[in-house]
Amino acid sequence: MKRWLIALFLPLMAAMPAFAQDGDATVKEIEKYRQALADGNPAELWEARGEDLWKKKRGPKNASLEQCDLGMGAGKVKGAYAALPRYFEDTDKVEDLESRLVTCMVMLQGFSYDQARKNPFGGPDVKSDMEALVAYVTSASRGIKMNVALKHPKEKEAFEIGKKMFFHRGGPHDFACATCHASDKQRIRLQDLPNLTKQEPAQRAYTSWPAYRVSQGELRSFQWRLFDCFRQQRFPELVFTSQGSVALTLYLAKNANGGVFNAPSIKR
Amino acid sequence: MKMTILAAAWMVPLAVLATPNAEEVMKASFKDRGQAKVDRLNQDETQAACSKYFAAVPKDVAKKIEAANLKTIKYPADGKVMGDWKEGERIAQSGVGKQFSDNPANPAGGNCYACHQLSKAEISFGTIGPSLYNFGKLRGFTEAMQKYAYGKVYNAQAYSACSNMPRFGHNQILTEQQMKHVTALLMDPDSPVNK
Repeated sequence: MKRWLIALFLPLMAAMPAFAQDGDATVKEIEKYRQALADGNPAELWEARGEDLWKKKRGPKNASLEQCDLGMGAGKVKGAYAALPRYFEDTDKVEDLESRLVTCMVMLQGFSYDQARKNPFGGPDVKSDMEALVAYVTSASRGIKMNVALKHPKEKEAFEIGKKMFFHRGGPHDFACATCHASDKQRIRLQDLPNLTKQEPAQRAYTSWPAYRVSQGELRSFQWRLFDCFRQQRFPELVFTSQGSVALTLYLAKNANGGVFNAPSIKR
Repeated sequence: MKMTILAAAWMVPLAVLATPNAEEVMKASFKDRGQAKVDRLNQDETQAACSKYFAAVPKDVAKKIEAANLKTIKYPADGKVMGDWKEGERIAQSGVGKQFSDNPANPAGGNCYACHQLSKAEISFGTIGPSLYNFGKLRGFTEAMQKYAYGKVYNAQAYSACSNMPRFGHNQILTEQQMKHVTALLMDPDSPVNK
């Protein structure tokens, strides 16, 4: 639908370094580019497909996800993402959106655990139902303030585990999340790096995911964001919806509390 | 009701871990992929201390870390630390290597520009590390400084405990020859870094 827009701006992106005379000019041009992009966000396509998937009867039980409890009560989607991850009594676990969707697909639709976790991320040859569902659910939190609770002992425990993971240096390059994301106003190449230990930059970063990535032509979930950060960190593969992935998400989401959620967004 | 029972059935193995240790949770949350195995999460003493203290390493700990890392530096047997700066520039530009998405048969890059300014011509540089523009020119083109630059690339934590910079020689990211080229990029008077 709005693919022409992407086609229009791709050459602009390629030409960007040529604009840059000094740091400030570069930053300004990048900001202009981002504003131009925001006019037409193909994430809408994922949101629409996700809504269809949410309402469609699927799986061995031929049921929709409309009775899925994302933490606000069965079937309530509005504002649910802004309060995730959170503790769920029925599973006795802290779950983020993706792991909660897996739970609902297993419980309500009768999919096996492995089926529900299949194709977590889309690619040239695979469409990810998970990323579409994530787009739909997150879009229903647009304009709502992040309010992740740290009440249940397991939520507190997840926060501590997530924090530990964030500062864990390892691998051949000695990298941790904190290597790039614990200082102010740093860049990797020309890319700004938010300080995710500080409220304001953490809010800005966290509330902008999921995002449609122009360079990939895909909508990317927060689980994907962590997966690909760890790849670049030279770590092994982060297991989709693993306890550690949820804990780290909770740590980052909590740091972003009070920020107005505004995603799916569009990014380079 | 039915839902709860179902959920409980596949949650049982996890319920056994009463108070999970963060490190165990972390290890169970990753899996081997390509060259990146889960054992990469295991920390040596330097990594463990730098994770624990992160930005504020106590002085005595910092001294120990630097002393231990200094011992790891191996200088080239032929005594020459300078290679070809043009090769060094290529290594500085390349960000591949050691990721599970990389082919381990290909040489790794140093990705210096991700964090440092080097030549004036390359405007796409990061700011995690200091600018290295005019590195040799400012410090003098001496043999001692060449050796220092090589050592810094080999193991930055020998001079600066818990530096964010990868220990390229110590962790076998770059080969000896590649480190010589990077040293030349920093220290050759003809290198664009020193123009």
